[in-house]
Amino acid sequence: MGIHLYRIDDRLIHGQVVVGWGQPLNIRLLILVDDLVASSDWEKELYRMAVPPDMEVRFADVATAIRDHPKYAADPRPGLILTGDIGSMYRLVKGVKAIGNVNLGGIHHRAGRSEKLRYIFLTPDEESQLKQLEAAGVEVTAQDVPSARAVPLPEVLEGAAR
Amino acid sequence: MNENAGAVPETPRAIVVGHGEFAGGLVSAVGQICGMADKLVVLSMMGMTPEDIEGTIRDHLARTGARVIFTDLPAGSATIAARRIVRDDPGLVLVSGVNLATLLDFVFSTDVSPTEAARAAAERGKASLIVVGR
Repeated sequence: MGIHLYRIDDRLIHGQVVVGWGQPLNIRLLILVDDLVASSDWEKELYRMAVPPDMEVRFADVATAIRDHPKYAADPRPGLILTGDIGSMYRLVKGVKAIGNVNLGGIHHRAGRSEKLRYIFLTPDEESQLKQLEAAGVEVTAQDVPSARAVPLPEVLEGAAR
Repeated sequence: MNENAGAVPETPRAIVVGHGEFAGGLVSAVGQICGMADKLVVLSMMGMTPEDIEGTIRDHLARTGARVIFTDLPAGSATIAARRIVRDDPGLVLVSGVNLATLLDFVFSTDVSPTEAARAAAERGKASLIVVGR
């Protein structure tokens, strides 16, 4: 079945991911790619308990996820790969070279970020990384839930869809 | 995080937090049924980072003295944040999957501590789920 969604969401595993996308896409394998979470047994247990019993969750740092991506993609279950920040997804895409699209699901306000959409705030460096992904042929869209319109990156960066 | 209820109630026993207007709606129903909504602090987490959610819950626990947190979904950001808080303070109680029956039982259980009341209310809430029909 392969990976159905590559998502960036700073809330990591939460309702929109597990229910909002997980149910309509019938996600059965969730890979959380986060260097910090992957290094902490407590963090892994925290997020494992948030996942329903019919969904397997795996944890990987970015380097491991790049190495194991062929296994994820070959898994017969519908999969979702999730990172908590743009930098991690940027490294993953650069390392895998077979990722065709990235979903911006939730990147919220912090110092140095400016609002692009209700749920997307970006620093100039983050904008640059996303532009580089698009220039490399990766389709980047913002869409918090499946019923919402997928907003193309240029429109996101203009802030016109706010 | 938006605080739907406005001012903090005088004698809060718990914080209720969830997606959208879930917490406000649930506590509004408690008020309509028994007039005891002032026992509960309403928080919404819309548009917040995980750090903001956790910080706001911690702040309200400190300000109100509440020892119980009710959340909606086990996978929700509020539940994740609350579990981090309970890890630091094991004397707190988190109940995830809260429903109206749970909150009603909780606010009426004034003869026991809030944490004891929360545990009993969770059982009442589970028992309130029934299925009728084929």
